[in-house]
Amino acid sequence: MASEPSAVSPRAPHAAAEEVIAIRDLRKIYRMGDIEVEALCGINISIHRGEFVAVMGASGSGKSTFMNILGCLDRPTSGSYFLEGEDVSRLTPDEWALIRNRKIGFVFQGFNLLSRTSALENVELPMMYNSLPSRERRERAVEVLKLVGLQERLDHMPNQLSGGQQQRVAVARSLVNRPALILADEPTGNLDSKTSAEIMELFQDLNDREGITIVLVTHEADIAGYAKRQVLFRDGLIISDKKVRQ
Amino acid sequence: MLYMAFRIALRALGRNKLRSFLTMLGIIIGVGAVIAMVAIGEGAKALVRQQIASLGTNLLVILPGTVTLGGARTGFGGRQSLTDLDAKAIMGQIPIVAGASPVLRQIQQVIGGEQNWSTSVQGIAPEYQQIRDWKIVDGRFITQADVESTAKVALIGQTVAYNLFGDENPIDNIIRIKKIPFQIVGVLGAKGQSGMGNDQDDVVMVPYTTMMKRIMGVTYIQQIIVGATSADLTEEAKNQITLLLRERHKIRPGNDDDFMIRNLSDIAEAASNSATVMAVLLGSIASVSLLVGGIGIMNIMLVSVTERTREIGIRMAVGARSRDILLQFIVEALVMAAIGGALGIAIGVASSSLIHRVMEWPVLVRPDVVVIALLVSGGVGVFFGFYPAQKAAHLDPIDALRYE
Repeated sequence: MASEPSAVSPRAPHAAAEEVIAIRDLRKIYRMGDIEVEALCGINISIHRGEFVAVMGASGSGKSTFMNILGCLDRPTSGSYFLEGEDVSRLTPDEWALIRNRKIGFVFQGFNLLSRTSALENVELPMMYNSLPSRERRERAVEVLKLVGLQERLDHMPNQLSGGQQQRVAVARSLVNRPALILADEPTGNLDSKTSAEIMELFQDLNDREGITIVLVTHEADIAGYAKRQVLFRDGLIISDKKVRQ
Repeated sequence: MLYMAFRIALRALGRNKLRSFLTMLGIIIGVGAVIAMVAIGEGAKALVRQQIASLGTNLLVILPGTVTLGGARTGFGGRQSLTDLDAKAIMGQIPIVAGASPVLRQIQQVIGGEQNWSTSVQGIAPEYQQIRDWKIVDGRFITQADVESTAKVALIGQTVAYNLFGDENPIDNIIRIKKIPFQIVGVLGAKGQSGMGNDQDDVVMVPYTTMMKRIMGVTYIQQIIVGATSADLTEEAKNQITLLLRERHKIRPGNDDDFMIRNLSDIAEAASNSATVMAVLLGSIASVSLLVGGIGIMNIMLVSVTERTREIGIRMAVGARSRDILLQFIVEALVMAAIGGALGIAIGVASSSLIHRVMEWPVLVRPDVVVIALLVSGGVGVFFGFYPAQKAAHLDPIDALRYE
């Protein structure tokens, strides 16, 4: 592991691997009319800095609910979620927005780039909400685009980029504010197998070289195979949690 | 933070220039209409004021009859209470009156130079020239001798001269009014159109005594026109004339006057007021289109918020707060309204000058109206943009990100 601060993670990775995510007895109940649905039935999990975790499970297993809570988009009914030592489960929406901006980077299945907007401007988007001056914004955006190998395509619009390239832009955007963790929701779902492999190798690269913590949701076993740890959800509980590689 | 909101909004608007333009169209047309309408109204007002100023502000017009409570005049043609002796008394006994002239008017067919022409024949006294500031370009004005001898002499205006005699010099020619021959002794200078819109040069003037005896066959006069020695003494002159006439007509205290005295500047005020009313009316009608423009902004922004649900979800996911989204959409509405307003002003000014060039109507674009139009369009933008912006700001990010 590198010994100077990396381009992406907030702290030198050789420091004692701290607990980035600490979840204790997390529950989520949805009320739909008279019916109560228990989406999460008491989740306990700990994720340390530099881990690469794949979250798997069938549809309705609770993994999406788990990811939404992890991403500070939804509130648990009970239980606690500590992100970098801070209880974030019951903050206000505005405070969550700040956490999402500073500490969490999202990568979506559908890329979710702004159309008619250049790659550079797409990557700058998170920085528009923390008021960095425009020169610093631009420099940082160019830096992360280089990191994902798109320095030749700064001014391209999404419709001028392939699926794989668009996803790379999305990955660059997720890194731009040096987040504590990347949350990826089926990032290869819309890509062919060759491009999927490229994107997964990019994630591995970012995890190995830069020490960035990644939590990735997938239902495909071979995609999950790129991660170092696999967690399986079923019926609102984690039924297996194992390391698969170093 | 406001600066950042502007940048975000401008980028968002630039992304879909066609839709932004169509949204602005309502405001552009609304503001353009307001500017053009108000310019026409203001132009009319200014013209009226200007033309009435040229009539002089020290004039009084005395008419027979009384004013009822409703302000309507009765008795023009009823009790004929004015005589030429009244006019003489006014001039002789009131020092601040510079001149007073009886006036009678009738439309008559005038035959001369093998043409005939229907015109306004006016019976007047020599004082009329000074009171109304009429110039003579050829010959002479009516004299006291003409009046005393009920002479059959006439002055003709430029329009009459042109229509009867063309380019020939009309002096000493004969014209017939009601089969009576009149000798032309003078040609009046040009005066143009009056504030009421009639051609002041379409006139024939004869001594009032001749008018009374030979043309109309009456013993009364229709008006007395009075010139005060100065504009600020006009009101005082009006008071003194009132006292004098009440005495002459033996009107008891408590009874109404049997005459009316009108200060020409009152008439000017009334004409100016009605021009103002017209300007306000035009402006109000045009403002309706501005309102429609605002509603247009709101509608298109509502559609836009729905179409951009995904985008709003992405922004929230990367850290936009509710108020960031609210601010973004309000600023978008504000910018569209402001740009629309500016374009509308440009179009309004351009159309005003086009109307002026083609229809020859007077137009006047006032800078304060332009500023108000710009502020109002900005206000319209914020007001009508607020509801869509609220909707956008209250989207749930999870649902928004899932939106197809």
